Amino acid sequence: MDTIMNPFSSGTRLRDMIRAIRACKTAAEERAVVRKECAAIRASINENDHDYRHRNLAKLMFIQMLGYPTHFGQMECLKLIASSGFPEKRIGYLGLMLLLDERQEVLMLVTNSLKQDLNHTNQYIVGLALCALGNICSAEMARDLAPEVERLLQFRDPNIRKKAALCSIRIIKKVPDLAENFINAAAALLKEKHHGVLISGVQLCIDLCRVSSEALEFFRKKCMDALVKTLKDVVNSPYTPEYDIAGIADPFLHIRLLKLLRVLGQGDADASDAMNDILAQVATKADTNRNAGNAILYECVETIMSIEDNGGLRVLAINILGRFLSNRDNNIRYVALNMLMKAISVDTQAVQRHRATILECVKDSDASIRKRALELIYLLVNESNVKPLTKELIDYLEVSDQEFKGDLTAKICSIVEKFSPDKIWYIDQMLKVLSEAGNFVKVEVCHALIVVITNATDLHGYAVRALYKAFQASDEQESLTRVAVWCVGEYGDMLVNNVGMLDLEDPVTVTESDAVDLVETAIKRHTSDATTKAMALVALLKLSSRFPSCSERIKEIVVQHKGSFLLELQQRSLEFNSIIEKHTNIRSALVERMPVLDEATFSGRRAGSVPTAVSTSTGPSTGASLKVPSGVSKPAAAPLVDLLDLSSDDNPVPSSSGSDFLQDLLGVDLSPAATQSGTQPSKSGTDVLLDLLSIGSPVQQSSSPVAGIFSSNQATKAPSSPLDGLTSPATQPVLAASPPAASPIIDLLDGLAPAPSIPEKNGPAYPSIVAFESSSLRIMFDFSKPPGNPQSTVIQATFTNLSSNNYTDFIFQAAVPKFLQLRLDPASGNTLPTGANSNVTQTLRVTNSQHGKKSLVMRIRISYKVSGKDVLEEGQISHFPRDL
Amino acid sequence: MIRFILLQNRQGKTRLAKYYVPLEDSEKHKVEYEVHRLVVNRDPKFTNFVEFRTHKVIYRRYAGLFFSLCVDITDNELAYLECIHLFVEILDHFFSNVCELDLVFNFHKVYLILDEFILAGEIQETSKRAIIERLGELEKLD
Repeated sequence: MDTIMNPFSSGTRLRDMIRAIRACKTAAEERAVVRKECAAIRASINENDHDYRHRNLAKLMFIQMLGYPTHFGQMECLKLIASSGFPEKRIGYLGLMLLLDERQEVLMLVTNSLKQDLNHTNQYIVGLALCALGNICSAEMARDLAPEVERLLQFRDPNIRKKAALCSIRIIKKVPDLAENFINAAAALLKEKHHGVLISGVQLCIDLCRVSSEALEFFRKKCMDALVKTLKDVVNSPYTPEYDIAGIADPFLHIRLLKLLRVLGQGDADASDAMNDILAQVATKADTNRNAGNAILYECVETIMSIEDNGGLRVLAINILGRFLSNRDNNIRYVALNMLMKAISVDTQAVQRHRATILECVKDSDASIRKRALELIYLLVNESNVKPLTKELIDYLEVSDQEFKGDLTAKICSIVEKFSPDKIWYIDQMLKVLSEAGNFVKVEVCHALIVVITNATDLHGYAVRALYKAFQASDEQESLTRVAVWCVGEYGDMLVNNVGMLDLEDPVTVTESDAVDLVETAIKRHTSDATTKAMALVALLKLSSRFPSCSERIKEIVVQHKGSFLLELQQRSLEFNSIIEKHTNIRSALVERMPVLDEATFSGRRAGSVPTAVSTSTGPSTGASLKVPSGVSKPAAAPLVDLLDLSSDDNPVPSSSGSDFLQDLLGVDLSPAATQSGTQPSKSGTDVLLDLLSIGSPVQQSSSPVAGIFSSNQATKAPSSPLDGLTSPATQPVLAASPPAASPIIDLLDGLAPAPSIPEKNGPAYPSIVAFESSSLRIMFDFSKPPGNPQSTVIQATFTNLSSNNYTDFIFQAAVPKFLQLRLDPASGNTLPTGANSNVTQTLRVTNSQHGKKSLVMRIRISYKVSGKDVLEEGQISHFPRDL
Repeated sequence: MIRFILLQNRQGKTRLAKYYVPLEDSEKHKVEYEVHRLVVNRDPKFTNFVEFRTHKVIYRRYAGLFFSLCVDITDNELAYLECIHLFVEILDHFFSNVCELDLVFNFHKVYLILDEFILAGEIQETSKRAIIERLGELEKLD
């Protein structure tokens, strides 16, 4: 400390700077001081000032620790490392480790200096270089400098040998190929007497075994006996003040040796056999009154659990864990829980014996212990103990910390789903969880519960009554509300009429208006989110049909949302209002019970293994809920999920729910026959839902609920619209619209503002097609391609009126999947006179981003007025010529 | 393996930060902030272990200073707890009755001590006396 060169005693500027920074009262003051210092350091760097270089770097390190950028000092580290004195090099290497890491290119520049220093005659400088290399070396440096490090493993000074050993670990981690060069030298280190070298050598062997099976085999063959003997010596060594920690000689070395034995014994019966005696000795001799003793014992237990089976030792190990578990020290209990997780795979019965204690740990005030214990309990649950364990956990849920409730709820739900002996128990437990911690229950769990309820035909009444009661008791849990609202909507009549009473139930008297009250509470509660409100709206619509006497009141509630800021709610409110008001004849058919969703399909979907296009193979239906009005049974797998998906769309902007929205918008999946004759033909599952939900579509000739949103069109179904195969949920359609129909929603959907442009005249290279033909309308498509752009197609659409009346307000709309881009030019007119000679034409420009891979496909919708009546026709065009 | 070592005071000021795995500066600040938040409010009766991302932090409080080691999830927690204590004993011996200010003004020496105790994320020397002697030799060279 007394040399003039010492940067920290001579100038005292570093001290001054630290003092100045500490004296700052505000962050702004501190920044000012740091800025001034950094400016001075930069100036000094620019002047290439040798005398203050290491002092500057020391200051930079302090500044870096405060969180300021210091990259401009990186080159200074390199210069200091290249200088000759130890103090400069020391600061240089320290700066290198703090200001740089292995990812910086600059680091490559230091390789040469490192090489020189590794060969330096001053062993302290060799030490510095090894330390830096061990802490930040990159793969390239590892390759370049491995021979030097290898050589230093045999250096005369033990301080260098141990540093070289740890440095080798870094090297073989970076470049595992180099491992074989180190095997012999590492084995030699195991014979060392110096604890520092020995512990570093043992660690090197552990890491060599990890990256090289050759090393593992070598150590098993050559070093087992020596290792066992070393451990024996350490265990039995007399008191050595140098390594004494709380009366135990070098616990760190104990632990490293046990760890290496574990690596060698795993999967090798002979090696395991060779270490049995010493493990037993360590396990019985360790002093359990000290943390250091327990640390050794803990490592020993882990080794016993991991090596090949020895019955006696395992019993001993599990007993030790039992003692740990009842220890008063929380740290010990924590490691016991940790280790019991591993013990489960070895001896489940032995761990089961500690179940009660572990359950107590779930209720511990320390979050670390709780978390471990909960995970352990989760592994301990089986069919025979699921009921008492679930009860305990649910009871605890009431009093647990808020931040723990999420974890706890997830585990309880998972246990209940996995092990429930019967459905009624499952429903009961889920209701308890929902009432207690509904806000923590995941959406999928609620969906699963609904699926189970719909599948348990004989429990519909029970479930809805239980939910009603649960909701009365606690209405602040979002997911409870959702499930309750959904079930009341579906099974409201069973609630009121006490259908399907079970013996264990207390009868309840619920009037129709009480049931509506529940839904009204849910929809009016300010904490309800958009999804819940949307579900409540659907439930109300259903109840309006189930309870005709409440219809007026429901209508009032529904109407209140017509001004909602959420588009989804606003739209539904208007649609539902219209259904309640004007379409009582079809209402009951619209709001039939949801078809049962196959549980297996649903869980498959949850697991993500079933593609979006669900194959429906549920076979003949059971129970009334599967029947559609016509009595035709419908195999339906997707509807429920789709219902939930649809209503769980939190984002009210329709563009986020592309395909659902489009289906709603265009109503493409609605069977026209169904709306006109009241009988529905059997269709694929997905369509059922859309029939029930796409309220915009099942509309008769008169006024349309979507009218207010789109245009003044009146919707009428053309009976012959080709509708099959329209659902292609895999592709998200984007919508484009012609100018007359431009509405706010369409603007939201895409920015493709229809710009007028003159259709280009190009020779038709493709045959024209009849894109669409009904009894009243024909659409011809003519194709041309602008030269030099194979992705684009210009389609000239020609509309011909096949009826004997003139059409007015004629609007053509089209939608395409996402891989296409569509732009519609204005039509040549909006009146389509009768007769084949007076056509309307319109130009469509399509860009196919998957040109050559996918053909064009398009959904269309045409609306017009014929003698004052609105007509709506729709269809899909998928027979475009190839290669467009 | 030790991923990083942090010395922080109760206000969250970092007094020493040693990383054995490469992290961006911004990530380091985030880690330091998060670790401080994790350990600062824990009851003294609680375990000295908290899970941190996919790793585990073993911490111990000495007066106003938190010593935190971030280690692999399979590492021996109790051993690292002992390791922190040994490091503190070495500091205490070196600075004779160490206090936070010693660490602030001599931060570069604290790094020097740490580099003689831990290298590449592993313990390199378990003898307090050997480390102190070695530090004495290094001091003479400075």
